[in-house]
Amino acid sequence: MQDFSAAFGLAFGLIASGDADLFEIVGLSMRVSLTALLLSCLIGFPIGALLVVRKFFGRGIVIALVNSMMGFPPVVIGLLVYLALSRAGPLGWLGLLYSPAAMIIAQTLLIAPIVAALSRQVLEALQAEYDEQFRSLGVSRGSAMLALIVDGRYGLVTVALAGFGRAVAEVGAVIIVGGNIEHLTRVMTTAIALETSKGDLGMALALGIILMSIAVSVNLGASALRAIAERQAYA
Amino acid sequence: MTMKPAVLGAALLSSLAAAASAEAPSILVQSTTSTQNSGFYDYILPIYKSETGVTVNVVAVGTGQAIKNAQNCDADVLLVHARAAEEKFVDGGFGVARSNLMYNDFVIVGPAADPAGIDGGSDAVAALRTIAEKKALFASRGDDSGTNKAELRLWDEAGVDTKSASGGWYRATGSGMGATLNASVGMGAYTISDRATWISFGNKGDYRITVEGDPVLFNQYGIILVNPEKCPSVKADLGQHFIDWLTSPQGQELIDDFKLDGKQLFFANANR
Repeated sequence: MQDFSAAFGLAFGLIASGDADLFEIVGLSMRVSLTALLLSCLIGFPIGALLVVRKFFGRGIVIALVNSMMGFPPVVIGLLVYLALSRAGPLGWLGLLYSPAAMIIAQTLLIAPIVAALSRQVLEALQAEYDEQFRSLGVSRGSAMLALIVDGRYGLVTVALAGFGRAVAEVGAVIIVGGNIEHLTRVMTTAIALETSKGDLGMALALGIILMSIAVSVNLGASALRAIAERQAYA
Repeated sequence: MTMKPAVLGAALLSSLAAAASAEAPSILVQSTTSTQNSGFYDYILPIYKSETGVTVNVVAVGTGQAIKNAQNCDADVLLVHARAAEEKFVDGGFGVARSNLMYNDFVIVGPAADPAGIDGGSDAVAALRTIAEKKALFASRGDDSGTNKAELRLWDEAGVDTKSASGGWYRATGSGMGATLNASVGMGAYTISDRATWISFGNKGDYRITVEGDPVLFNQYGIILVNPEKCPSVKADLGQHFIDWLTSPQGQELIDDFKLDGKQLFFANANR
């Protein structure tokens, strides 16, 4: 397997030469997954906080449901979104299939449950700490949720990173609803799948290495931001 | 928390839809994978775009899935290689008309060790029968693609029941040509590939063509405009123009000129 060293060389060469196609693909990957993450946080954080603050009947079942939705296979999500967005489907009139928007929708459905489930867990611990104060001050549910999300923000960053990781790494959903169309819906993972099917394993691995490097950079960036913020908060 | 998120969502979706439709003219082609994996589209679509300004977006999947997607109106043009299924598509009213576009052929590829001893043959059916008798490993697409359909027809002619052998020497990968070639090379199995994908495949290992040149291995590609009467979203004018261009003397000449490693991958034969 001389592929590995060759792949590293190829990956480095692609980055160093400023390969336009590569940057386009990376850019789209980021745009799609970060947008999906933003939407998922807007949906998932409040749901997570609500499940912590509100003790309603059947809450346990809802939590179990949200937790199990974390394991939803991307290809099934892709299929469901395809069926909905297909011209023959209920949302076909939107003409969204095979567009970045379709990929954002699929990834949002994929990771919103992850963000919701993990943020519930993070905020649950905080709630135990704050519960008495909330009660004694007579804080409304909405304000309690907001307070939990604001004060739990460092933990929620990790939650967001988990969601981002899942979104940027999945291929099953985006290849069905995006179609892997060159210069339109081709992202890192679908490009890797294509190169693999061409038998160009070196290029596939090179793209994989670049994807991994991006994931590492995003995580390092987030923990650096967190470190800075925490230092300022406690200074 | 009443209707607002739904309204907001709908507004967001429509604005996304508006943004998508406001782009430069484009058509969507549901296609077989061999034309993409071989680099054919990378070669011919930029020429078409520079002449017409129209972007051709290609979704490359197996022929079976491509036809399904087109039946759902998720395409303007269908470019596949399974004549019987294409004619059924047109007869069912999903397509306007089918024309021949180009052809190449299928080849049986296998490892240099040649465990079935079929190397150098030119009788595909006999070779498959030998593979079955010797229980040499064979990897099938198993995905209802054009190549898969052609392969199953050959097994039928050879009188071999692959269903009962599935999981034993007969291994249906259920994936694309490239993935199936990768799997074949990985486990030392024979497989059938279209010549274009084989020539452009980059992970051949010690694999080579063992059987070729049998007339039953003929592989015809067809092109069809999706019927706008059935699918109002179809861009009939743009789609028909693309078809007319590919089947014109100029388009046909360009197809014949496409070469990889000095080898011609597709042979134009529209209106023939």
